Amino acid sequence: MDALDRKLLRDFRRLWAQALAIALVLACGVAILMTTFGMYQALNETRAAYYERNRFADLFAQTRRAPLTLMPEIRAIEGVYAVEPRVTGAAILTIPGRAENAVGRILSLPASGPPTLNEPILRSGRYPDPGAANEVMVNEPFARANGFALGDTFEANLNGSLRPLTITGTFLSPEFIYTIGPGALMPDNEGFGILMMPEPAVAAAFDMSGAFNSVSLKLTASARPEAVKDALDRILEPYGGLGAYDRIRQESHAFIDAEIKQLRSMSVILPPIFFGISAFLVNMVIGRIVMLERSEIGLMKAIGYSDTTVLTHYVLLAVLIAVGGLAVGWPMGSWLTFLLARLYAQFFDFPFLIFTMSYEPYVVSGVLALLTAALGAAQSALRAARMPPAVAMLPPAPPRFRRSMTDRLLQFLRLSQPVMMILRSLMRWPLRSFLNALGLALAVAILVSSSFFTDAMEEIIDSAFYQSNRQDAILLLSGDIKETALEEVRRLPGVMQAEGQLSALAILRNGHLSKHVPIEARRAGADLARIVDGDGHPREAPGHGILLAERLAAQLDLQPGETVEIEFLTGRRETVEVTVAGTVPQYFGLGAYMDFEALNALFRQTPQITMAHVTLDSAADTEFHAAVQDLPKLVSTIMLTDTRSGFQDTIEQNIGYMTTIYIVIASLITIGVAYNGARIQLSERARELASLRILGFSRGEVSFILVGETMLLALLAQPLGWLIGAGIAKAAVEGFTSDLYRIPLVLKPDTFAKASIVVLIAALVAALVVRRRLDNLDLVAAMKTRE
Amino acid sequence: MTETIFRTEGLTKVYDTGTVKIHALAGVDLELFSGELAVLLGPSGSGKSTLLNILGGLDHATAGRVWFRDLELTGLGDRGLTRFRRDHVGFVFQFYNLVASLTARENVQLVTDVSPNPMNPAEALELVGLGHRMDHFPAEMSGGEQQRVAIARAIAKRPEVLLCDEPTGALDSKTGVQVLEALRDVNERFGTTTAVITHNAAIRKMAHRVIRFQDGRISAVEVNKTRIAPAEIEW
Ligand SMILES: Nc1ncnc2c1ncn2[C@@H]1O[C@H](COP(=O)(O)OP(=O)(O)OP(=O)(O)O)[C@@H](O)[C@H]1O
Ligand SMILES: [Mg+2]
Repeated sequence: MDALDRKLLRDFRRLWAQALAIALVLACGVAILMTTFGMYQALNETRAAYYERNRFADLFAQTRRAPLTLMPEIRAIEGVYAVEPRVTGAAILTIPGRAENAVGRILSLPASGPPTLNEPILRSGRYPDPGAANEVMVNEPFARANGFALGDTFEANLNGSLRPLTITGTFLSPEFIYTIGPGALMPDNEGFGILMMPEPAVAAAFDMSGAFNSVSLKLTASARPEAVKDALDRILEPYGGLGAYDRIRQESHAFIDAEIKQLRSMSVILPPIFFGISAFLVNMVIGRIVMLERSEIGLMKAIGYSDTTVLTHYVLLAVLIAVGGLAVGWPMGSWLTFLLARLYAQFFDFPFLIFTMSYEPYVVSGVLALLTAALGAAQSALRAARMPPAVAMLPPAPPRFRRSMTDRLLQFLRLSQPVMMILRSLMRWPLRSFLNALGLALAVAILVSSSFFTDAMEEIIDSAFYQSNRQDAILLLSGDIKETALEEVRRLPGVMQAEGQLSALAILRNGHLSKHVPIEARRAGADLARIVDGDGHPREAPGHGILLAERLAAQLDLQPGETVEIEFLTGRRETVEVTVAGTVPQYFGLGAYMDFEALNALFRQTPQITMAHVTLDSAADTEFHAAVQDLPKLVSTIMLTDTRSGFQDTIEQNIGYMTTIYIVIASLITIGVAYNGARIQLSERARELASLRILGFSRGEVSFILVGETMLLALLAQPLGWLIGAGIAKAAVEGFTSDLYRIPLVLKPDTFAKASIVVLIAALVAALVVRRRLDNLDLVAAMKTRE
Repeated sequence: MTETIFRTEGLTKVYDTGTVKIHALAGVDLELFSGELAVLLGPSGSGKSTLLNILGGLDHATAGRVWFRDLELTGLGDRGLTRFRRDHVGFVFQFYNLVASLTARENVQLVTDVSPNPMNPAEALELVGLGHRMDHFPAEMSGGEQQRVAIARAIAKRPEVLLCDEPTGALDSKTGVQVLEALRDVNERFGTTTAVITHNAAIRKMAHRVIRFQDGRISAVEVNKTRIAPAEIEW
């Protein structure tokens, strides 16, 4: 080994603590990049491959009932590559050994064999016999959650007739990577299943012979989706078409897409913070070393080492730090990716593994980590390379301290000598002090924004699950039912309160802007399902006109007092114009509300409902579930109590994980910045501090200077960190608003306090570790060092 | 002792500090001969180090010319000077300039790694009487020992010239003598042209020639008829 290489390794070993502190910050960046980028890539590619292989459709449309004779016309639309009609329906299922009903979504299988679009993957067993009326295949997660084996039987209420169904196989489908029941807020594989049955049996049960109510289209590469959508809508309009939609509004696709987008933006936003801080720390450390090694650099040059060799020598030192970062970051990233993949496996059903860690995340994060370190070292290494050999022989000129206004102020304040030393040193390197403070501020900001997300999430949950929806269950009813049917619901065993709701799917239009939403109408004074605004105050739908969620009004560019065109997609499918009576700030969903009487009057009907909200006596659970099945026209029951506790558990667990991870990350950043800052300070001032000791200052007084400077910087960093954190929160509020939800800007005082406490403690620990070195300072050696 | 190793012609070095121009060298004409041991004497600030730095290719002259044998140093760029230093010159500095994280042997190896025809590092250390301290770090050695490591490092490449800037400046008389003995030894054994800057006028007695500096110029050159051994120098 060359002597220069040996020097490199020895220097690195001597620097281990500082290198480790930097490597850990870098490792966070590497791990987060690997996890987000790796997972983004894995999800994206797995999904693309799955869609491709199983021909996931591009366009979808539902209708009330359309004749199959429309098929040639639909096929003839320009840009349509393939079309597949089918019959879909819903069924209440009675699962042996389960008290509550499950809900099944029924899809017809073509008589000719497997579907050509959205082809399911058979996971076990076989397709149902095309002629059989009682055979189904079910989605694998549903079978697994309920412990079904092939050949098992359960009972289904198919459009009013109870029928035993035998499971012949299990499948996964590109349409149901993410499966969520109607109206549910969380996936529930036990309570919601996808059932595929031969077309003749489904058509017979739902009175759809020779007809279809759902159609999927695959487009050619050159097709214009909007034009196809319009053409399809025109064809289906007379048959109760509910409007064609593309993948973005397909539920499963939309959820995965949101996740993929979030991963992508995280992979772009978060890692640069860590890489930036690492580069700054590398810059500080290498800069100090180059300063200390001037005479060594001069010597290397005097004996004939080239500029390039010198440059490489110092860059390599930084590269070793990066290698350390990768040694920690790669396994950490692999582990986090594995955890995340496991989490995704709970929510997403893919036929193949998502956790196929490719080499790419390793390569990308590796290259970026090395570049970060090299860039961080570049400035100082170049300075070393450019030092003329003769000048490098001289000791560095002592830093110039100038008397300034602030100095006079300091004198005026009659500060003690140590305090003066701290302040002077901060002002001697203003840029460095600022960057140090910025690093610490970012740690604070990370904590502030992470607990902001937690608080915001809790507020959304509280508003959506507890304030707006206080019912225990929702009974979804098919077709319009007279409000008087509520009496029947009230008589069900265990039902304590029941309130009706009329929901009408409609397209709201204002000029060229339009939005598909359900309009909800409840009687005034409804207590179970309520309209609650952002401040938690309940609101009533106005007697006239329509009340819109603020986000919906904004998307349609509507102000209160203006008129909105409503095209109802159910009932008589009329188009009416209604005044916007007001807007209500809401976090969840795109709500549109009308008065119960007013909406029924618009439909020119005696009051009707499409769903009932109920509260239940938990003691009569079993009786309720047994009885509710016999309710005519019941489509499904949504148990909110289960959803709430399930959701709460999941959220709390995830929040627990995230909070821990963020605290670790913020502490690592703080320690990385504070430790290196203090070490460099100690190195620059060893002589000065030793002189103070020799002059009779105590260990405590001397270390006060060192710890004091670090802590003063940390304190100064707090307001900056709060500001940045609040800024991130604000940006998130603006950036994350989607159709699904809006994030409330919740910034509690204890969010800031907790963030500051974590960072100040971590900074103090770092400073005290360096203080121990100071305590062991060899006075003689420190005075001997030439400088 | 007739071959000329270094030759300078009107060598000038001006430092421009902004307010004043300092003429560190104000026209130096000098020749150094093969195998000679020259001592450079002169008051502080008279330009000795400046001259040595330019001869060794560490610095550029402002005006005038310098030749190493037939090679004109004043015509070389940084790359050429680096090559020149690597192939021909050994340096010894007042403050040793050892790399703290390398042992004595490794400090010598730093030079032998990049020179075309080096000694074995152990051999070079034996020559300066440090065979037994080879694996010690600089911090574990006395000043004189460190300076002898620096000499070993300088001679290990078998340089044609050895340039020493106050090699004994930081040493007491006993260790100073050891260092001077090592230098003379190398000079005699290998015929290495050696230039030594010193403030200690007594050292001049061990030289072949003594070159005196004053205000950036050579004020006198003396040839010693008889030389004395370093041990006889009165410090
Ligand atoms: N980098 C520099 N910038 C400005 N002036 C310089 C620089 N280096 C040297 N000088 C000046 O040039 C003159 C000659 O310096 P030099 O170092 O050659 O003197 P010296 O004879 O070696 O003195 P000493 O015996 O004290 O080492 C001095 O006046 C010195 O101040
Ligand atoms: Mg000098």
